[in-house]
Amino acid sequence: MQGTKSVVAGRRSMAENTPDAPIIETKGLTKHFPVNRGVWGKPTAQVRAVEAVSLQILPGETLGVVGESGCGKTTLGRLILRLLDATSGEVYFRGRNLGELEARELRNLRRRMQIVFQDPYSSLNPRMRVGTLIGEGLKVHRIARGREVADRVEQLLTMVGLPVSAAARFPHEFSGGQRQRIGIARALAVEPEFIVADEPVSALDVSVQAQIVNLLQDIQRDLGLTYLFIAHDLSVVRHIADRVAVMYLGRVVELASRDQLFSSPSHPYTRALLSAVPVPDPMARRQRVVLTGDVPSPSRVPSGCPFHPRCPEAIDACRREVPELADPGDGRRVACLLRTP
Amino acid sequence: MTEAATPILEVRDLCTSFHTDEGEGRAVDGVSFHLKRGETLGLVGESGCGKSVTALSILRLVAPPGRIGSGQILLSGRDLLALSEPDMRRVRGDEVAMIFQEPMSSLNPVLTCGCQIGEAVRLHQGGSRKEAKERAIEMMRLVGIPAPEQRVDEFPHQLSGGMRQRVMIAIALSCNPDVLIADEPTTALDVTIQAQILELLAHLQQELHMAILMITHDLGVVAEVADRVAVMYAGQIVETATTADLFAAPQHPYTRGLLASIPHLDGDQERLEVIPGRVPEATSFPQGCRFHPRCSLAEAACKATAQHLENCDAGHQVRCRRAPVDG
Repeated sequence: MQGTKSVVAGRRSMAENTPDAPIIETKGLTKHFPVNRGVWGKPTAQVRAVEAVSLQILPGETLGVVGESGCGKTTLGRLILRLLDATSGEVYFRGRNLGELEARELRNLRRRMQIVFQDPYSSLNPRMRVGTLIGEGLKVHRIARGREVADRVEQLLTMVGLPVSAAARFPHEFSGGQRQRIGIARALAVEPEFIVADEPVSALDVSVQAQIVNLLQDIQRDLGLTYLFIAHDLSVVRHIADRVAVMYLGRVVELASRDQLFSSPSHPYTRALLSAVPVPDPMARRQRVVLTGDVPSPSRVPSGCPFHPRCPEAIDACRREVPELADPGDGRRVACLLRTP
Repeated sequence: MTEAATPILEVRDLCTSFHTDEGEGRAVDGVSFHLKRGETLGLVGESGCGKSVTALSILRLVAPPGRIGSGQILLSGRDLLALSEPDMRRVRGDEVAMIFQEPMSSLNPVLTCGCQIGEAVRLHQGGSRKEAKERAIEMMRLVGIPAPEQRVDEFPHQLSGGMRQRVMIAIALSCNPDVLIADEPTTALDVTIQAQILELLAHLQQELHMAILMITHDLGVVAEVADRVAVMYAGQIVETATTADLFAAPQHPYTRGLLASIPHLDGDQERLEVIPGRVPEATSFPQGCRFHPRCSLAEAACKATAQHLENCDAGHQVRCRRAPVDG
């Protein structure tokens, strides 16, 4: 990806800027949520939201994360930003373990990683003016004060394609697409290097989605940003991502370059997922793998390979062994006993 | 797909408006279409284009401040808008049934699934509770719910989203309706579950030979299930054609823009095409052609005069004075 040596990245120390060093690295990242039941509210079960996820995100790239609802993709995004604390495993930002940082150091690092939320209606405080919303981060991080804040807010509004006059108005005066632009401006205010975009276009109308996707691509190119792009819409991910991680029941089951994943999906789940997407072309008749059954609840993850009860190719061993994410010989990584030796 | 020459459902010049503080909003303004037995018509558009209000109008379920202003809704030749409320109640769920987008909020949380499926059967066909329960089990089996004998006594919260949508379909189909209105039936579901539900609907349509009005914003879903498509924008149908024609040669700039703005799963686009601006509110539809403020082909005349749906090809109508466009 282009733009790795941007103005933003250029200001960081040289040691952090080794070209191939990942900006984000997770090692065995796991999050279990206790389910409380009964009179005393004792945990009776664990929801295994994210299970042993190890991946790297390189500077300037977009890593897409896809999967169905409940697969843990949003939890993964929040763990990486340490908006949630992991049950086990580590997250490294530019080589520094986020779990070991003190509050002040963490706050400083937070400036460099931001999030854009799915729902532009509930993620903006309805009582704050847009200018205050966007400028809040600048004040919290003491980046600007007084007139500088207003100047920077104007600059950000222009960058995301909103009129400067928007600063004096309230979120409810804007449409969904415009609100998402406000959310993006708010994230960009503190000049982050890395942004988690959690389903940023799924709440928007079709004709507006394209505007926001293009905006995200433009600012990535101009500012040299790195994205973790979470979505359930595979065609949007195909459009925007460089590499894609497919998640199922908390685990990454396939991690590959975009072209590899979409032209020759390897994991049986990836294949089924891709074939299930309706294509806007009535002449296209594809081989569809219709999966039977529902996604099991993450509080009752099946033994062995979590996909085996729905897998059309499952063999006996799949019931017992948990497959490791490994290279089947073509550079990608797949967690499937049938694909990897 | 089609066999009967006369349509089972015909909507003529339907107008539904809402009185709000900002003035009268014509959510549906002069919509006409027809539907034959065994056929699926896709009604496509973005939020606020009037597609759901069209569906609710057919069943006369528009709640105040909404009001059906004019038009005819002919079901096998009988105008539903002229029926008394008790007569209309006999039509709903029996001859015309509907499935809604959000299965969790449209099912009653305090009644078992079997009770809700049986309710429609008992209301329209009479019979004992026991018979209704048996019919409910039969319907649940038909829509592919595993172990229906147990599930019939379960409550909606005990089921997954896909299973709840199957229960909704079972309720809708329990009285063998002639027309099924499906309002975004798969929007709340994951793609693998969506594939299951769409396949189920297609299978049941063949078996029961009903007409389906499929309302969706997803052009992919339309391409997959519909025989014909009507595209709505700002309360009006702007283009209607067979599915093959619409996707091969879209004529209205809005349809073309919509098709160009979605990323494709196969094929590479450097940049997505964009329709500038946003969908107008029903209380402030633009003068003249309602799409002109967002249209790249708009000229002075587009702003001056309202457009009518006109034939541009056999079975292909478009509401645009610049059509047909090349390419």
